[in-house]
Amino acid sequence: MTTTSNAVDHHDDHHHEHEAHMADIGNFGFWLYILSDCLLFATLFATFAVMSQSFAGAITPGELIDINLLAVQTAALLLSSFTFGVAMLAAHKKNMFQLWLWMVITGLLGFAFLAMEIYEFNHFAHEGATPQVSGYWSSFFALVGTHGLHVTAGLIWMVVLFFHFRRDGFSSSNMQRLSYLSLFWHFLDIIWICVFSFVYLRGLM
Amino acid sequence: MAVQTDLIKDPHILTGKLHWGVIPYTDPVVLPVMIASVLGGLALFALITYKGWWGYLWKEWITSVDHKKIGIMYVIVSLVMLFRGFSDAVLMRTNQALSVADEFGGGYLPPEHYDQIFTAHGVIMIFFVATPLMVGIMNVVMPLQIGARDVAFPVLNSLSFWLFFVGAMLVNISLFIGEFAATGWLAYTPLSGIDYSPGVGVDYWIWALQISGIGTTLTALNFVATILKMRAPGMNLMKMPVFTWTTFIANLIALVIFPILTVAIGMLTLDRYFDFNFFTNDNGGNQMMWVNLIWAWGHPEVYFLILPAFGMITEVVATFSRKRLFGYVSLVWATAVIGILSFLVWLHHFFTMGSGASVNAFFGIMTMIIGIPTGVKLYNWIFTMYKGRVELTASMWWVIAMLITFTIGGMTGVMLAIPANDFMLHNSMFVPAHFHNVIIGGAVYGYFAGMTYWFPKATGFKLNETLGKASCAFWFFGYFFAWIPMYFTGFDGMTRRLQYVDNTEWITNMNISLFGVALIAIGIGLNLLCIAWSIYKRNDPEYRDETGDPWDAPTLEWYTSSPPQFYNFGHIPHVDDLEPLRQMKKDGVAYQRPEKYERIHMPKNSWMGPVIGLLTLPMGFGLVWHIWWMVGVSFLAIIAAWFRFSFERDKDYYVEVEEVEKIEGEFLAANQGRSFTNGFDH
Amino acid sequence: MSHDNQGHGGEAHGSLKEYIIGLILSIVLTVIPFYLVATGTFGDTATIIAIIVTAVAQVFVQLVFFLHMNGSSSQTWLTMSGIYAVFIVAFVILGSMWIFEHLNHNLLMGH
Repeated sequence: MTTTSNAVDHHDDHHHEHEAHMADIGNFGFWLYILSDCLLFATLFATFAVMSQSFAGAITPGELIDINLLAVQTAALLLSSFTFGVAMLAAHKKNMFQLWLWMVITGLLGFAFLAMEIYEFNHFAHEGATPQVSGYWSSFFALVGTHGLHVTAGLIWMVVLFFHFRRDGFSSSNMQRLSYLSLFWHFLDIIWICVFSFVYLRGLM
Repeated sequence: MAVQTDLIKDPHILTGKLHWGVIPYTDPVVLPVMIASVLGGLALFALITYKGWWGYLWKEWITSVDHKKIGIMYVIVSLVMLFRGFSDAVLMRTNQALSVADEFGGGYLPPEHYDQIFTAHGVIMIFFVATPLMVGIMNVVMPLQIGARDVAFPVLNSLSFWLFFVGAMLVNISLFIGEFAATGWLAYTPLSGIDYSPGVGVDYWIWALQISGIGTTLTALNFVATILKMRAPGMNLMKMPVFTWTTFIANLIALVIFPILTVAIGMLTLDRYFDFNFFTNDNGGNQMMWVNLIWAWGHPEVYFLILPAFGMITEVVATFSRKRLFGYVSLVWATAVIGILSFLVWLHHFFTMGSGASVNAFFGIMTMIIGIPTGVKLYNWIFTMYKGRVELTASMWWVIAMLITFTIGGMTGVMLAIPANDFMLHNSMFVPAHFHNVIIGGAVYGYFAGMTYWFPKATGFKLNETLGKASCAFWFFGYFFAWIPMYFTGFDGMTRRLQYVDNTEWITNMNISLFGVALIAIGIGLNLLCIAWSIYKRNDPEYRDETGDPWDAPTLEWYTSSPPQFYNFGHIPHVDDLEPLRQMKKDGVAYQRPEKYERIHMPKNSWMGPVIGLLTLPMGFGLVWHIWWMVGVSFLAIIAAWFRFSFERDKDYYVEVEEVEKIEGEFLAANQGRSFTNGFDH
Repeated sequence: MSHDNQGHGGEAHGSLKEYIIGLILSIVLTVIPFYLVATGTFGDTATIIAIIVTAVAQVFVQLVFFLHMNGSSSQTWLTMSGIYAVFIVAFVILGSMWIFEHLNHNLLMGH
């Protein structure tokens, strides 16, 4: 309703305007969630920074990290950010086929990223780098693992969104949901930029 | 309460670490409480069932997304928890006072029990009394103050409440099943690690705080969005009431600090459950990182607690001084500056760690600087009263009690901010004396001022003035008797958290302090009596608030009936002034029928908050006791409920114009012919 | 209506061209630090600085080209709250690093 918004004056369609206002509030609310998630990762990064030399005699990251795998992983996630953008364009053109084509590609890239991460964790553990061996590896697995859990949540969310779109098509609330997921996905990409720069590349030096 | 950890065998597949031995039925202190709680709970359950109130409770309260009702529920739970937190305080004071006397040598509470009591006291008072009391008042008042119909995300608000409720329940369950942490309220590592605290006490601490902490994050998000996006037309930021401003800044703080707590607790969890090495003694663990993170959260957290109290004080002062608030702009800026500086002082909690002169100097200076904007506020309140026609109502009594007590507490804080002083006072009784001075004298008195002031708005009737003032007097003097002696014993070298005191020189101080606790107990009793008596008398004209504006107040929350209708305002006025209601009264346009009403869009009740919230109870309990099937089932149920909720369509409805007109007509009629005198000459 | 062209966070949803530019920039900014680390062309300090610069630049690329943040007036609160969060993130990370560097130095741990 106009009365609750700062909008200028009455429009003929109150319901429509109300919906726009609610969408605006929803967007802002989700943005605030992303900011609080930033602090969650900031705390993990701070811990990792403080523990970056706490090897306690255990194996060090320089001996383990495979830069080729890291490059493929990074490429997958960066590319998925791009494909999600293309999917968003398709959604705004209300092209369901294109939307799903690009969303499936995004999801597969995300899944590939996750699979490589699991393979990597497994490999590290085999080489003796488990979270239990040192403060460094505790903070490494907590930070990278939390990012991985977020990616997992994003993938599950994509599946849920599929059912939403199948039921209601390009309804305004579905477009809202899609834009939240898009923000979430780009945010994970930004976090990954920090992870590969300050955890992996730094660890390789 | 004292659990023998050797009774806890390897987790059983069905019952985890649970065992009959974990129920402290042999403890003479806990047993009566346990019997009383169980019987009381059963009686309450039976009464509600017998009277057939479940439907009403479910419809009107449990699933309600109305911010006013959620706020009232917060306040009720916090007052119940106050009873428990205060009982712990009484136990500690009597134990210390008695332990100096020969016949009770060593105190009557065994050490492991005493340690749990001071831990529970701190946790309960901060997380389950102060926080919910404040969040409750914010919930009731803030949306009304900005002319909104509800908060930005009403269902999320309900979920926040139920998550908080589950946290409080876990702490209470720990009293009867197992034990609570014996580590101090912030569970310092490595003491709280699995090596030194193998029992479930710390696990209760972890899950109670984790679950309620997520609730607080969601509340913060909700309130920030509400304040920025849902203000009445015309109310720009510099026309927002000061309480809304302090709520805004406080929640901006909470939004970014509670994730720090979440992660810190998460890492402690990984340490305890999966042998990670974040905060352990060996394998490169770093115990001081825990202290660092917990205070990076913990210090902004105390500003999260006190800023809204400042806001409440401001509103009360402005109303009862009968003139315009002095220095609104400086109050707003002081609030914002405190908000930012609160992130730059955390190390003063561990000056003695040894990070050196430059680090200590920086954080010491920052801490002293934060005293400046706080001082600005004190002067603002005093100058608002100056040359006003001050009405000494009960809420003003609380304000004046706060001004005096909080100032003293602030001074001792500046003393502690000097690292060289701190090296001598660290971990002495001086520190608890200081923070009780600011938390009781600043936050709690402020909350009571606010509660007394807004009580008629939330309920429709006023509190008894005489009993309120008497309660304030007992709290005020009780506080000084209870804590000023502790400044002296602290100077004298008495450390914190002593289970017994063997220095006979301190016996006088201990007894004076115990006397103070007795005074506070009377104060709390009078508080409860005041509420009970006022409920009993609620239909008397003297108590009843027919007009919605019992104090002739200046801000928007008084421009609707008491309690407000579910939609808050029949018609939301255009705000042209910092004190919109005073301005409207002055212009003679208050309480006039608007040209036309419009239909009002409202959210429907939702099962989501209580269902998902309460499902975290078995999940938390299962995590504490390693009952993994219970954890898995409740987690999956939460996810399923969340999906189910996301597919729901029918989440809102419209109130039609005829209904609004009918309800509002009655309200406006009650306000016909009122005369207003509030501060028009200023 | 204003909400038709709102994407994430209330901003416009951009064009394919924007996304492609963003992708190219982020590939370039990723390849640089990878190359420097893999080959060790520069010394440690220079490499670290390069990593920091490219990472920060790439975060901005994501914000501008993928999230369409442009500081326009409709995004005032998004931008302001974002800046606020960045400050707090900096306080927590840099503050902790500073504190523990001094602590380790005083306790003669490590370096």
